[in-house]
Amino acid sequence: MIYSVSPLAIILFVVFVLFVLGISFYFGNKTKSSAGYFAAGGTIHWGVNGIAFAGDYLSAASFLGICGMIAFSGYDGFLYSIGYLAGWVVALFVVAEPLKRLGKFTFTDALDSKFNNKGIQLMAAISTLIVSICYLIPQMVGAGALVKPLLGLPHWTGVIMVGAIVIFIVATAGMTSTTYVQFIKGGLLIVFSTILTIYLVSNGLAKKPAEDYHDFKTIPVAVSGDSVATVESSDYTLAGEFKKGDLHFVKLEKEGINSWWKLGEKDGVAVLEETISKTVTGDGNVLYNGEPQEARKFFQVGHIGKLVKDGKEVDKVDGLNPFSYLSTIEDSEIIRFADVPFKDGDDSVTVWYQNPTPGTTIMRPGLKFKVDKGSTPWSKLNFISLMLALFFGTAALPHILIRYYTVPSQRDARKSTIVAIAAIGFFYILTLFMGLGAMTNGVLDMESSNMSAPLLAKYFGVGLFSIISAIAFATVLGTVSGLIVASSGAVAHDLMDRYMNLKLTDKGKVRAGKIAAVVVGGIAILLGILFKGMNVSFLVGWAFAVAASANLPAILMLLFWKKTTAQGIAYSILVGIVSALTIILLSPDMYARYGLDPATALIPLGNPGIISIPLSFLTLVVVSLMTQKKRKDVPAEA
Amino acid sequence: MLHGEAVKLGKDESAAQKSKIGLILFGVYALIYAGFVAINTLAPKTMGIRVFLGLNLAVVYGFGLIILAIVMGVAYNHYCTKLEDRLNKPETGNAKEEGDA
Repeated sequence: MIYSVSPLAIILFVVFVLFVLGISFYFGNKTKSSAGYFAAGGTIHWGVNGIAFAGDYLSAASFLGICGMIAFSGYDGFLYSIGYLAGWVVALFVVAEPLKRLGKFTFTDALDSKFNNKGIQLMAAISTLIVSICYLIPQMVGAGALVKPLLGLPHWTGVIMVGAIVIFIVATAGMTSTTYVQFIKGGLLIVFSTILTIYLVSNGLAKKPAEDYHDFKTIPVAVSGDSVATVESSDYTLAGEFKKGDLHFVKLEKEGINSWWKLGEKDGVAVLEETISKTVTGDGNVLYNGEPQEARKFFQVGHIGKLVKDGKEVDKVDGLNPFSYLSTIEDSEIIRFADVPFKDGDDSVTVWYQNPTPGTTIMRPGLKFKVDKGSTPWSKLNFISLMLALFFGTAALPHILIRYYTVPSQRDARKSTIVAIAAIGFFYILTLFMGLGAMTNGVLDMESSNMSAPLLAKYFGVGLFSIISAIAFATVLGTVSGLIVASSGAVAHDLMDRYMNLKLTDKGKVRAGKIAAVVVGGIAILLGILFKGMNVSFLVGWAFAVAASANLPAILMLLFWKKTTAQGIAYSILVGIVSALTIILLSPDMYARYGLDPATALIPLGNPGIISIPLSFLTLVVVSLMTQKKRKDVPAEA
Repeated sequence: MLHGEAVKLGKDESAAQKSKIGLILFGVYALIYAGFVAINTLAPKTMGIRVFLGLNLAVVYGFGLIILAIVMGVAYNHYCTKLEDRLNKPETGNAKEEGDA
């Protein structure tokens, strides 16, 4: 662990949690009806709802995941920001007002408003649960990543802590307390991200980001054939080596401590360049740069190799504005750290070596998504598929759609969406600065891309770090609350009350919703522990793909195609869920998760949208045309 | 039994026109977004061309998509609000609906 626990961070965290619990107690006493529990009585002001939308939507994926991805992979991470924001255009122009008009508590209500069909009720409720759980996993993973630096606790404790607090928030007051938690958190996130970005840009750029930044050494060596023969330093002795393609790593021993170095060249002379490494020994011990965690030798990294301003190489640049900040990074060369995992006898080793990357490469697509160098038709298709899912996913996320039922009118639904777009869009512009700032200021923890933004805040002082970390934790609380409200509505309202026709009383429905919240929260805790270590934005990309495949064809065709039948909607949701999940489970990323070779994955696509979304549309059209005789609209009330 | 809305809404005489303009704006934005994805996929090096204040096309196009969404949203709301005020007479209920919170 490379962090030290800050008492201020703990105090701020505790104060924030107590405040949130206070809000829940306050609204819990006022929330008695199902309309109050599931839709906040439809009385939320559009301005509050707009920022609450932002609080709901700007999840751990946006703050922790995107900033982390930009910090590790440059512009490619920012593509998530663009895709996530563009999705709101679909929500505003196509979905917001009609859905507000058609629904009551849940998005199933809207889909089923013309049919009163058991198939729709069942499939839409299942879809809500699956999408919400897919979305919950990355939030819980983010919570686990946060408690490590914030409170010095292991990952699983953070997951359980978030789960317990959120279950309490939702089980006490449902949508009302959730709305205000999201409103406060959304506002704080945008304000403090702005402050962090102002600090960052006004601080400028420097080759040595901090006085205590680790000075990476080089040692001259003599090479014989394709092996290192001698090290020109009496302190070190050769202890082993590993070669992979063009990469050649050498293990050196000094005073009983092993470290890994990369063979390179400096001014025409062969040298060993210092790396950082993690070794899991055969007997299970974990060593960082050859020493236990407590020795704190796993340095934070990421710096500028060549800083170029107005065509000249300099050591530091001050007085930058947002535009010149970005263009200076583009003109410079950044030292990123690339990882290589390998076996060294019984030990499992991961080496992170210095990888100088031109700013021009960092500031355009290609480092993460293979669309340029080394691309294949599949890798390009994978990228298109992701961008398609992000564009069509937002307007199909049940926990976002239910927020349209918390405002009084269609006009309010529309206005709150515009407030959300402005707030979210502004925040997403900031992510590019925060991500690049983390990349160049020597703050990166190579084991956790998710921690890049909070660690950047720590660069500017423990006070800002404490606030940002507490807000990041609140970010998880706000989004998880919304997801659990959506799930609890799907179980209590869609499944128990409508599909199973249990004839619950209003009070009984609220009780069922609270029990469902506890159960879904428990599942989320378990999955959050299992998926530890994956980038949270990457995981959310999957949730978007499932939502866009399962729900969006049904929503759009219901609104714009008169021949749509109940059977068409139910089957399109089923096909959307099954096809999207099947492609994900057979994807290279999941193969890596199973411990198999990703190259042998049955489906070479990582993002299912490009196949599963059209398949779901096609199913709806074919089944609707086949069931025209059975078509029976039930006039809606009103 | 079917269900009613969370809040009782009046008849909206402007719904069809709002839907039409919404679809047009959606189409325009979708085309511009598709152009962005196409350039990133088919000619990623083009994204490195400097176009404005030392910023490359990738950054300018990306920021542009975000800002365009906000601008189009504000314009759409302005148009829809005027339309609702003109077409929804107080007795139809929708105009009243806005203040019925």
